[in-house]
Amino acid sequence: MVFLPAEPPDLHVIHQRIKGNMEVLQDFVVKREEGRTRQEYLALLRRDMAAYYSYSDFLLMKLMDIFPLPELINFLEANEVPRPVTVRTNTLKTRRRDLAQALINRGVNLDPLGKWSKTGLVIYDSSVPIGATPEYLAGHYMLQGASSLLPVMALAPQENERILDMCCAPGGKTSYIAQLMKNTGMILANDSNAERLHSVVGNLHRLGVTNAVVSNCDGRQFPKVLGGFDRVLLDAPCSGTGVISKDPAVKTNKDEKDILRCAHLQKELILSAIDSVNAASETGGYIVYCTCSIMVEENEWVVDYALKKRNVRLVATGLDFGKEGFTRFKDRRFHPSLKSTRRFYPHTHNMDGFFIAKFKKFSNAIPQAQKDEEPAVEAASLSTVPNTVMEPQLKKKKLEGSKADREQKQPQPALKKRHSLQVQRRPLKAGRPSTKMMCPQGPTRKKHRVKLNGQ
Amino acid sequence: MRPLTEAETRAVFEKLGRYIGENIQLLVDRPDGTYCFRLHRDRVYYLSEKLLKVAASIPRDSLVSLGTCFGKFTKTQKFRLSVTALDFLAPYAKYKVWVKPGSEQSFLYGNHVLKSGLGRITENTAQYQGVVVYSMADVPLGFGVAAKSTQECRKVDPMAIVVFHQADVGEYVRNEDTLT
Repeated sequence: MVFLPAEPPDLHVIHQRIKGNMEVLQDFVVKREEGRTRQEYLALLRRDMAAYYSYSDFLLMKLMDIFPLPELINFLEANEVPRPVTVRTNTLKTRRRDLAQALINRGVNLDPLGKWSKTGLVIYDSSVPIGATPEYLAGHYMLQGASSLLPVMALAPQENERILDMCCAPGGKTSYIAQLMKNTGMILANDSNAERLHSVVGNLHRLGVTNAVVSNCDGRQFPKVLGGFDRVLLDAPCSGTGVISKDPAVKTNKDEKDILRCAHLQKELILSAIDSVNAASETGGYIVYCTCSIMVEENEWVVDYALKKRNVRLVATGLDFGKEGFTRFKDRRFHPSLKSTRRFYPHTHNMDGFFIAKFKKFSNAIPQAQKDEEPAVEAASLSTVPNTVMEPQLKKKKLEGSKADREQKQPQPALKKRHSLQVQRRPLKAGRPSTKMMCPQGPTRKKHRVKLNGQ
Repeated sequence: MRPLTEAETRAVFEKLGRYIGENIQLLVDRPDGTYCFRLHRDRVYYLSEKLLKVAASIPRDSLVSLGTCFGKFTKTQKFRLSVTALDFLAPYAKYKVWVKPGSEQSFLYGNHVLKSGLGRITENTAQYQGVVVYSMADVPLGFGVAAKSTQECRKVDPMAIVVFHQADVGEYVRNEDTLT
């Protein structure tokens, strides 16, 4: 074990040391240096990896929890290389074969995406800008990551259904839904960011989608604005830890609070999404939840929360690849049906990190919470609180607020901190169900996607 | 969002009529349900009645777009077709112009079509007739106004303008922000 020198670290040396320490950790009993604990090795390894791949210590710790060590290295390496550029054929206007031929004639080198997609094409290299060919402008295809085809395939929209896309910008998934429905039925494309709706409107018109209404509401108001949908796609705003190759800033600018803030918003959104679905729908009654994050807090945890709060159950996503979601993670135990959710990783599937869960809603009734502290949460989010109830709630908020402050001031070891935060979360939510927790972080990754689509 | 007034309807139909003539009838009476025009924030949208019901339940402030945008009314109450209407103009267009592959790009950058780039033109197109512009592969690229009649087109020199540019699909990239 060598301590880091004060001068700028030599990356080559660090890389060697990472490799060495990895080997030791694989076969710890035999290869370890006498008198060194595994903790010491791990701490050094983490520090080295943080320096070599320039991640924040916090994020790296999270990643170490998710991946076993050899896989972690693969993941970190995969984040250094960009994912292949993929496009989706707009079958409303053309066929994949015709499109491929037209693009090949323009000097584009491409291939079908994979057996699982009938519309995707991978672009290897191109002599023309792929986001500005006449075919693109005429709406024959959409620039879209492979992983963002999956949630729509999981949603499996049917013709003549009513569909809600809660966080739609920049409209790639929305237009894919329209294309699967052959422009029948109706789609409500919603996003809370008005700026990013420009690209949605542009894309929908370019791709010839005529069955969509675009709105700019807060997703959490949803059953109130309009409900009774057959299917809902919730592509929730997230920390973007699955798309680090697109947005390397995520490596360093996320901390515990950002993740939990995202998770909080996601929980609110998922309840709105579920409430907007009509369980009695003949063809539908499905909700698909997806994020481009790989954090358990933003995925399994949120899904597990939804399972507890509403009359929904998880069903198979209909995707025959991807890794199963976690049913247990560290000290947390989730519902066993979380096995049917799917995780996608850059290093195993060569697409952005992604998480997909598909729910079936079996009853429109909203179960009443069992615990004493719960009703406040429920009532507040449903806005049916009579004034009398408000009083004690406010008091509670004050109390919890001070508690929260206290807890944030004390530096604590990460594990413990998470625990305490978790405990404190619920009342916090009851106290202020709105703006404060909102999404300064939310749109990070989508901004990125806009860049991709932005030609 | 509201239905168009008499005057507005006349302005819209007059403009549409320049490109698709009496085919306008086909836009209004469709076999697959009732379709209508609606005005929202000075823009004219074309959508089915079914979709209209949904759009009606969205608060006006947060409604961004519904169905297909055909164009907008200027501050002086003139109606201007936008490129987003192309999907409905192209199938019904009466007069068409095809541009050669070489000058496709020039047109998509917002330039007029020159005689040198003219691939084909519908017979007996009159001067100042609204035309839809296609690539040689029959992909609609935009629309404009014939600067010369078909007869004159045969005689003019190669650098003369034959179609004035009005809208092209390049606008989806060039001014995405002002489309809606």
